[in-house]
Amino acid sequence: MDFIRLFSDLYIARWAILEGVGMTLIISFVAIILGTMLGIGVALSLVYGGKFQRFLVRVFLEYVRGTPVFVLILACYYVLSQAGIQLTPFQAGLVALTVFCSSHVGENLRGALLALPKGQTEAAKAIGLTFRQTFVYVLAPQALRQALPAWINTAAELVKASTLLSVIGVVELMLTTRQIIALKPRPLEFYLLAGIIYFLICFSIERLGRRVERRISLPS
Amino acid sequence: MSNPVLEIPVLEILGLHKKFTDIEVLKGVDLTMATGDVVSVIGSSGSGKTTMLRCVNLLEDFEQGSIRIDGEEIGYTAAPQRRRRKESEIARQRSMTGMVFQQFNLFPHMSALGNVTLGLLKVKKLPKAEATAIADQWLERVGMAERRNHYPGQLSGGQQQRVAIARAIAMNPKVMLFDEVTSALDPELVNEVLTVIKSLAADGMTMLLVTHEMKFAYEVSRRVVFMNQGKIEEQGAPEDVFRNPQSKRLAEFLKNAKF
Repeated sequence: MDFIRLFSDLYIARWAILEGVGMTLIISFVAIILGTMLGIGVALSLVYGGKFQRFLVRVFLEYVRGTPVFVLILACYYVLSQAGIQLTPFQAGLVALTVFCSSHVGENLRGALLALPKGQTEAAKAIGLTFRQTFVYVLAPQALRQALPAWINTAAELVKASTLLSVIGVVELMLTTRQIIALKPRPLEFYLLAGIIYFLICFSIERLGRRVERRISLPS
Repeated sequence: MSNPVLEIPVLEILGLHKKFTDIEVLKGVDLTMATGDVVSVIGSSGSGKTTMLRCVNLLEDFEQGSIRIDGEEIGYTAAPQRRRRKESEIARQRSMTGMVFQQFNLFPHMSALGNVTLGLLKVKKLPKAEATAIADQWLERVGMAERRNHYPGQLSGGQQQRVAIARAIAMNPKVMLFDEVTSALDPELVNEVLTVIKSLAADGMTMLLVTHEMKFAYEVSRRVVFMNQGKIEEQGAPEDVFRNPQSKRLAEFLKNAKF
């Protein structure tokens, strides 16, 4: 019976698949965290930075946003190694995804900061808050709320973009699936399974994001 | 009653000049206020009233002249080495005045109580219990004690403005600045805000108000200042300014103003 063989193949592949899922989750998660931190820096530079700083960050941003993630990943792996920076596939992939994430978060957060009414800053200044305090207690909490839906979107995009890391040899879910298929030639079933797993990860991110959004929404 | 001649004025504006790029909006404004003074500034749009107020709160830079609060030169070091003070210094000086805005500008992500305590906690660095006690006392005073845990989005315009007044005055400023605080309100909500301001005036709070409410200016002020084209054109007791205007421009303005 073919079903029995299918399940036995799946059973044999279970740890490999789990490891692949684990790698996808880990590299995506770390890239989202680092990318968000870098993205906050990008947004701050664009909104409050000096002319030169704004220009540099703008160039970085336009370059990253105008480049396919695929090219970015290859660049991090091959170009950096040409430049003498030897990175493992994992490190290069992490750098590429972090940079990709930071460009999205940065642009998005910049928009959210600029969209805040000027009166908010003025009211904060008027009670004597310093610039730093104004940002931390008044502007950031509002801008982050604004930016959250797009941020969740970025997180899901990042998980999907992580499949491209398979080309530089990061053994995440996509590469694992291809390796399994090489041994157990069932492309339809295993790609379907991988698709379902990616869907579940992204779907969970969206649901979780919605919940957070609801929790922090302001009463009116 | 305090005598303005014998004590240092709370607020002293001398020869204030302010330009927006090429347009001169303040062309030498002088104004002195003693403790407990209530001064209303009237005048048509573009006369520089709001800009003057914003200079006192250092929300605008100014190119010439000086502003002193309680004898302290604010925003800039004294001439001839006039130079803008450090940001931290300016932040401290800003807390010497309390500003209430036309658009309330409450922080939407904080409750009424949170709005009032923020400055007490972060600027005055009071312990939480003390900050809350002060905030509650002022929220009570403006009639918002019951809604202390409401968010701005859950409050009417008048209620938001009353919280904004509590937020400013809780910092114990030397001068309260009111910038057309009822202009954005529905007509039926104007009175609740004016009543609060009147009661604060009766308590002896030093207040500088920019307003379009002539009747209110007449009732609440000790002095009314009429600004025209970046200068103070006329000032005096409300009865004199409103009943017996000296300048032609003021007479014209009053004819068109609503009482």
